[in-house]
Order: sequence, then structure tokens, then C-alpha cells
Amino acid sequence: MSALRILVPVKRVIDYAVKPRVNKAQTGVETAGVKHSMNPFDDLSIEESVRIREKKRAPGGVEDICAFTAGPAKAQEVLRTAMAMGADRGIHVELPEGEELEPLAVAKLLRRAVEAQGSNLVIVGKQSIDGDAGQTGQMLAGLLGWPQATQASRIEFGAGDAVTVTKEIDGGVETVRARLPMVVTTDLRLNEPRYATLPNIMKAKKKPLEKKTLADFGMENERRLQVLKVTEPAPRQGGGKVDSVDGLISKLKELGVM
Amino acid sequence: MFPSTRRLLTRAGRTPALSQLLHGQSRRHLLSTLALLEQRDGQLSSGTLSTFTAAKKIGGTVHGFLAGSKVAAAAENAAKVDGVEKIIVIENDAYEKGLPENYADLLVENIKKGGYTHVIAGHTAFGKNVLPRVAALLDSQQISDITSIESEDTFVRPIYAGNAIATVKSSDAIKFVTIRGTAFAPAVPEQGSAAVESGVDPKAEPTSEWVSEDLTKSDRPDLATAGKVVSGGRGLKSKEEFDKIMLPLADALDAAVGASRAAVDSGYADNSLQVGQTGKVVAPQLYMAVGISGAIQHLAGMKDSKVIAAINKDPEAPIFQVADVGLVGDLFEKVPELTEKIKSS
Repeated sequence: MSALRILVPVKRVIDYAVKPRVNKAQTGVETAGVKHSMNPFDDLSIEESVRIREKKRAPGGVEDICAFTAGPAKAQEVLRTAMAMGADRGIHVELPEGEELEPLAVAKLLRRAVEAQGSNLVIVGKQSIDGDAGQTGQMLAGLLGWPQATQASRIEFGAGDAVTVTKEIDGGVETVRARLPMVVTTDLRLNEPRYATLPNIMKAKKKPLEKKTLADFGMENERRLQVLKVTEPAPRQGGGKVDSVDGLISKLKELGVM
Repeated sequence: MFPSTRRLLTRAGRTPALSQLLHGQSRRHLLSTLALLEQRDGQLSSGTLSTFTAAKKIGGTVHGFLAGSKVAAAAENAAKVDGVEKIIVIENDAYEKGLPENYADLLVENIKKGGYTHVIAGHTAFGKNVLPRVAALLDSQQISDITSIESEDTFVRPIYAGNAIATVKSSDAIKFVTIRGTAFAPAVPEQGSAAVESGVDPKAEPTSEWVSEDLTKSDRPDLATAGKVVSGGRGLKSKEEFDKIMLPLADALDAAVGASRAAVDSGYADNSLQVGQTGKVVAPQLYMAVGISGAIQHLAGMKDSKVIAAINKDPEAPIFQVADVGLVGDLFEKVPELTEKIKSS
């Protein structure tokens, strides 16, 4: 069994508990002064990688856990969080403030990172909670020609580089098996991510963090989609409250749904 | 020529809408869409015909695509959808489970052969798994979970858990989109007579292996397409209470059962019942939220419901801001009372 060299892509996004506001120019969502954190699904990816090592789940062991991000200077914070949770090192591809990569570009960048790092397992969140596209892992697997298992709620390692993944699908779960190298995307039920402790946060500051640019990977930010506008969804009017079950039933009848 | 007519024509010539329309018509014959159909054991999946509805909005020719062990009967059924020219069929056990590695290669070959400008799949477990892989193989930036089609290259999709709506224009030669099922009604097989033809089969070897599946058995309506949904949250306190309180209410209303993430994480309900940004997106006629506070991730999955009703003991719960009718009270008293009154009415 090959030793695992795990690459974990992480993304800095607006914190999940913040209600995003569309900016006045209707070009995007207001990000200035808004709390950001690691995409919640990426938390799960880091946690799973660290658990695979701690619980010695892979017969070949875990040789390396590398957290990877592309984003503005502040995206380094999520790499430090990843390292405080147990990643060995981080790679930061710095983008100019306000610039973002589309999922296809991220997948192309990750392909080159995988090749450069000699990774044989990529664990990536099933979607980022800002763009909600849910494409990067699948695109990466396609570009690498590797098998993929999406929306994983359980990952097991067997003999001969076999990886068995239980996936969440519509109506239940499905189990698939493939061999390394492969790409797995994480779903909510995979694990419960740990909090970084203060000593680990301090230690993470000493872990290696490489700074790169797109040009280092022979890439530029090529965009295929033009955002014409971003608007607020049509607001829903609350219809008020009733004080009894009878009131509820008569209101539902009035609204024509009962 | 009468002056008024001339004025009208001049004005019409300057109107961007008209020039766009003419431009659109001249291109329409060049547009061709491949709609991916999903099947299980030879039966078309409920909702898969929504891809035809979206394909017809784009204009141009529409083909359907179906692959699996025994899909001839399903193909004949899909061929009855009006306005569909052809159903492309590949009968091969290797594609039955929709494993993305070989299914993607299969699609790439058929998309290349058909010269399609658009490929549409549902934003379902299958579509989400397979389509981005295909898009990357054909160097295209997919547009996920669209709720509306503005034109052949411009699409509308929710971002940030539905807290913002983005309109995006694609410059890719082939547009790959997944559609939100609740935003496009399924096409109904009627008088159509599409040709059913065999597609190209590259006989790609799957590099993954399907092991097993475990589907939640239920006689209740399917959550994603149900007309009524009753959904329970953390307020139910346990799986026993969830089953005791929510299931009779669902049966009385002939509704599907849903749940919040809190209820699923606490083990009160199965994962596949989760409604929200990371679970199912539903838009039924009636959505009844019981013991659900209304976090933004949950609202993302149900706020397009026609009528939202909420029962919660906390009058300040955010769910009341979106509910058409709210009842403040103890769900352990109010819901059984509601169930009894519905049954006896």
C-alpha cells in the first residue's frame, strides 16, 4: 500500500453564520469588514485527513498532509487554521484582492499542484458555501483521469490501495470502491471537525507555508463566466401569527393549501 | 408610407429587444441541446424530464440521452415528449450505476459526435457527480443549479445559500448546466414521436466499482417533488418523538417528511431527508416547519415554497419572518391537535 500524500484544498469564505448582503452596485456580495472563515466542508476535509493519520486507518500510513488555497493575502489565515488542526504545511497561491478563480481554473491549478506535490489522494469539500457550484473535485478528477467519490460520509482504506467510500445520494447512501490515486469530496456527515487549540495555533505558526503565484504554475486567471448582475432574492412577507390550531387551519384553508 | 408607420419602424429598428430577437432567431437553428435523463432499474427517475423543459427554453433541437442495462422502455416513454427530436440510447451494464469515470467518457464521445451547444442535467446526486467531470474534459465552466434561462448563454442561479441571485453569461462553446428541479416543471410524455437511436459506446472501463446502496424505504411522497412537506427540527427532541409527532401529521396531510440539519445530525431523521443549502431544495405548495428555528442554511432549501407555515414555541424564531402563518406554541401539544383536526375534517 502506498503511503498517503494528501492534498487538501481549502477556501476562505464569508462565515456561514453571516447573512450575506448584495452590494449597492449589484456586482456581488459585500465582503469588506465581514467575518470570513474556512469553508465548512473544507474543515471536514482537514479533519478527515488528520484522523486517517491519527487512527492509522491507511495501511501505508500518511506521509504528508498539505493544505492548499488560492485567494487574497488574508486566505493565509485558513491555511494556518488547517495547520493548527493538523496539516503539515500549506501552499498559498496569492490572488490580487477581489479576484477569484472559477471552479474549472481551480481544478486546473490543483492538477498542477497534485503533480508537483506527488499527491495520491485529494480530499476536497463538496461545495463552497459562497459560490455553491459543487464542481471542483469532479473537474479535478476528470482532468487527472482519476476516479472520484463525491459527498463522502465514510472513507475506508483496504489492501492494494483500495479506497471504499460511502456517499450520500438522493434517497439514501451508496458505496463505491476505487484505487489510489483518487479524489474524494466531503459531505457534512463525514466527521465532526475539531477546534484548533491555542498550543496548536502557536505551533502552526512555525509550520512551513509556501507562497506562490498563478504564474508559478504556468497559469493565468482565465474567466469563462461574466457576472452580469447580482441581486437580492425577492423578499418573502411574513404573514403574521395565529393563536390557535383552529386559526392555523382556517388560515391554511384561506391560502388554499388545505 | 404613412409617417406613423415609418416612425414605428424606425423606432423598432433601434429597439435592442427586437434586434436581439432577430439575432436570436438567426442563431436558433444552430442551437442543439442534449438533455441527460436519469433512470433506475429501467424506470425514468421522477423529475428527470425537467431537463427537456429547460432544453426547450433554450430553443433549437433537443435530444435526450439515456444509458443503462435495460433502458429501451424508458427511452420509448421519453420519446413521447413533444418537441424532442431524438433519444440517444446506450444499452450496456457498465453504465447502469452512472459511475462517473466511464459515464463521463461515454458522454464526451456522444457530445462530440452530436456537436451540441448545450448539455443539461438535473442538479441531482447523479448530475452533480457526473456533469462537472464531463465539463472539465471538454474544457467548459459548468453553471450549476440554475433557476432560470435568460437566453442561450445567460443563466440565473442562486449563490450564498440563496441569499443572492447571480445572472451569469457564459463564453464557452458548449454550455453545461445543471437545473434546479423545482424551477422547471417536468415535461409530460404526450404526442411526441422522437426517434430512438443507439449512441456511440466507447466501452470505457470503469475505474471505480459500485459496491452497494441503502435507500430509505418510504410509502410517502418523494421529498423533492412532493406537493406538501412537513419538516421537523431540533425541537422534536428525539427520534421517537420525531416519529410519533411528525409521521402522523405527514400521513394526515399526505405530505413528504423533511428535516433540518439539527434534526438529522441528532439522529432524529435520515440524512436524505435534510432540507437546506447542503440537502434537498424543495418548493412545495405547503411547507410546514415544526420546531425549526429557520437558520439561513435551512431557508435556502425551502423559501420558494408557495405557503410556509411554522409551529415554534419561540416567538422570536427567524422562521416566523418568512412564514405565511405562524403558530407560537408547544409542538408536543399543537401538532397532535392539528393532526387530529385534519383527520376529522
